[in-house]
Amino acid sequence: MAQTLSDSELVARCRSGDQQAWAELVDRFSRYVYAICVQAFRLSDADAEDVFQEVFARAYEHLDGLRDDAAVRPWLAQLTRRLCIDRLRAASRERPTVDEELELAGSEETLTMLEEALTVHEALAATPEHCREILDRFFARDESYRTISEALDLPAGTIASRISRCLGRLREVLEGRTQPDTPSSSR
Amino acid sequence: MTAFDEERLARLIRALPPAPEAWVRAAQELPLAKAGLDEIVARAEADAEFRARLVADLEAALEAEGYQRDPAVIEELKVRFKST
Repeated sequence: MAQTLSDSELVARCRSGDQQAWAELVDRFSRYVYAICVQAFRLSDADAEDVFQEVFARAYEHLDGLRDDAAVRPWLAQLTRRLCIDRLRAASRERPTVDEELELAGSEETLTMLEEALTVHEALAATPEHCREILDRFFARDESYRTISEALDLPAGTIASRISRCLGRLREVLEGRTQPDTPSSSR
Repeated sequence: MTAFDEERLARLIRALPPAPEAWVRAAQELPLAKAGLDEIVARAEADAEFRARLVADLEAALEAEGYQRDPAVIEELKVRFKST
């Protein structure tokens, strides 16, 4: 989960045909693209999957056209939003009730929250591996104390305190008290 | 951003669950699929007989030639060969 390349370095490597870099780019932004589809625009699983694949297909195809490599994040967000709206518009032609959904979809509030969530996930990459693991398992993957305890071979009674300590570490990174030793990441 | 209390951090971490693994894998394999697509198209341009078989029955022709059945590649080929 830790990352060593900045977004712009990663994009430059993708552009040069580095397939590992492309896999890393997809990995880095997959959660963000997915969340925009299902949380901001509330697409069905089938529509979300189509949009998700289309976003990365277009990104791969048009990476050369990206003017600022460091802007890959807003570029992907914008592309995802546009494709979600296209998908909802197409659905509204077949099913007029979708018009209302279209108006409600993609609220700025949700999109802003997801952007902030991505920043937090990026900061997570700068915390120790054991913190990334436990925070991701508990919050993002919604795993129980028992599952985490078994997976990480930790006493169940220590999970809550570890989570709390790791949230503290994460807060320090976000507030700049601990300098991240790697650039950002989000998986 | 300001004031990262535990509750807020938890909510923000929770907001980005992993995308389904199969979706991520498919997107990661795009360069391979693209390479396969380019190879098939190049071969169809150079080999009229192969092209005719693709136009007649795309999936059967690909299978007969040992190409992997990648849905994205098949869809793209259908579009390309339909318009020619």
